Amino acid sequence: MAQFTLDGKKVEAKEGSLVIDAAREAGTEIPHYCYHPTLGNPGNCRLCVVEVEGAPKPMVSCRLPVKEGMVVHSNSPQALRARSSALELHLVNHPLDCPVCDQAGECGLQDYYMKHGQYESQVRENKLHKKKRVPIGPHVMLDQERCVLCTRCTRFTSEVTKTHELGIFGRGHKEAIDLAPGKTLDNPYSGNVVDICPVGALTDRDFRYKVRVWYLDKTNSICPGCSRGCNISLHTNTKRPWHNEGRRAARIKPRHNAEINGYWICDEGRYSCSKLDEDRLGKVMQLKPAPAEISWDAALSEISQSLAKNIEEKGKEGLAVIASGLLSNEDWAGFKKIFVEALKVSHFLFTPEPDQMGEEDELLRKKEKVPNLKGGEALGFGTQIKSESWESLAQKIESGKIWGLYILERDPSKVWKEKTKNLLDKLELIVFQSPYKTAIGNWAHYRLPATSYAEEEGHFTNFEGKIQKYEQALLPLGEALPDWDILQKLERHYKEVQSHALTGASK
Amino acid sequence: MAIKIKEVTRPPKNFQGQIYLWEVWLGLLVTFRHLFVNLGRHTLKALGIKTEPGAVTIQYPEDPAVLGKRARTRHRLLKRDDGTPRCTACLLCETICPAKCIRIVAEESPDVIVEKRAKSFSIDLGLCVFCGYCAEACPVDAIHMDSTDVAITAYDRKDMIWNMAELLEGKKNPASA
Repeated sequence: MAQFTLDGKKVEAKEGSLVIDAAREAGTEIPHYCYHPTLGNPGNCRLCVVEVEGAPKPMVSCRLPVKEGMVVHSNSPQALRARSSALELHLVNHPLDCPVCDQAGECGLQDYYMKHGQYESQVRENKLHKKKRVPIGPHVMLDQERCVLCTRCTRFTSEVTKTHELGIFGRGHKEAIDLAPGKTLDNPYSGNVVDICPVGALTDRDFRYKVRVWYLDKTNSICPGCSRGCNISLHTNTKRPWHNEGRRAARIKPRHNAEINGYWICDEGRYSCSKLDEDRLGKVMQLKPAPAEISWDAALSEISQSLAKNIEEKGKEGLAVIASGLLSNEDWAGFKKIFVEALKVSHFLFTPEPDQMGEEDELLRKKEKVPNLKGGEALGFGTQIKSESWESLAQKIESGKIWGLYILERDPSKVWKEKTKNLLDKLELIVFQSPYKTAIGNWAHYRLPATSYAEEEGHFTNFEGKIQKYEQALLPLGEALPDWDILQKLERHYKEVQSHALTGASK
Repeated sequence: MAIKIKEVTRPPKNFQGQIYLWEVWLGLLVTFRHLFVNLGRHTLKALGIKTEPGAVTIQYPEDPAVLGKRARTRHRLLKRDDGTPRCTACLLCETICPAKCIRIVAEESPDVIVEKRAKSFSIDLGLCVFCGYCAEACPVDAIHMDSTDVAITAYDRKDMIWNMAELLEGKKNPASA
């Protein structure tokens, strides 16, 4: 460890670590564009300059190792002058089109210029024009004029994804970021270059002009896209509903967690937010014999009565439950309480099936496209309690052994295809509980709306067994309730029906 | 801080006050003073002698209202030389509006240099407090409050909402409501 002085304070840091890192740990944020903790420190933006006593000129703190006894001033007149001169050079060709720029409100140039800028520009020349509004991939839009050439994006494509789509072309003042010949920025992590771009040079095509960033509310959440459990920040627009095409979820940004996802998330997770409110179930429905809206209490007590009646007549072996890894730990606990402890169900199905499997790679993405199979495993689902396969369950229904099916957030019609109708017609009771409409929902006797992960609080256990909390970002849509709440209410109703049956028998 | 109470004593009841006539005369005295002062000023003006201007009665709404040079009146949206709206949908006016009466939906402009434009722009004049912040905030000088239109009336609240075309033309289209 070495001790040095930063702005008059004594700071402890590892000998040889960077001054910019040591300062951040000590609570002093030194402005920077090119430096990024995981992408190295080319030292080309010259914004992190600090004054070091004894050094002949200002030093860039992102390339300056800590030495015992050095005296650093991050806000001395010399450092501030060097910083404002560097900013002036960054703005020589910057178009200053903040009114139309999506980065406005979270832009490095805006933030630092308010603090350190020279308000009177000395530049009298015309600005140089470069390429504007170039879609460089399915998700990213490039504006070369706004670029400050920090090279974070090129380093991301060469060091993190190793796909090398972006590079710097030209020399001197004509230098610009562009696509490598014959390439498009379509790797599965392309959205991250938008996050690391400190200015508005790389913006999201998906988010473009939808809503201003200062209207957004931010909630800490966990991506439900796969079993990695990446930490995300869910940005929602609820105060001004006419923006963002009426959608409540505006965008998803990664949240730094060194143990899970670092600074990144994949595009699949990032652009899933536009589908958050699509095809949602909002009302409790009884669909058979005739479709009708029904209250929660009525629906749950009718389901309980039907369950009790069928268990009495045909035995508890005839009930099957299909669940998915989309359930939170809390949901799994409620699930266990009703289906294992109260109803003693013997047929479960929760293994991820073709519709929930996807691509996997070494960086972040995992094969199972559901977040919380591990949470179920912790309660014995998939280990002590074995799962059926789709075929074996279909056979059991075919042979008439099963009379009831309780489906949570899954769609068997995707697997059973054209057989589905024949199979489901044999059943006495189908309950479908999910946030989303699926084909199977229309065959169910009862359709119960559940909340999506953005509308409830809970925990997911990722594939490594790390338990992480996600917070509620939005109000439930319509009559939707969290899965655990529905299951707990159902359990209460079922117990009530049972106790009535008992007292009835004793009379 | 405690509330301070100041007691005011009523004037004593007397004959002069109870017959009211004396107070009526005092009131009329004020009226006649104004009449003769203004009559004098108008007469002097007619004779070509400079004095303070006399009071004038305007037959509003038959005659137009006299507005100060800097009066804030109904908004108008300005156009560029080529006739397209100047508004780039930066949403600064919507953000600063304390009455939240401005609603803008942005979209991509076909012109690469313009980049962004308003798909729809509406002001609910029934909510507007005429503070003028929107005109102040606009970075492209697209919105002014100098239409000199102060007679904004409607039979229905939703008719008080002016859309982009109406704000550009300065005329409420009765069919749009």
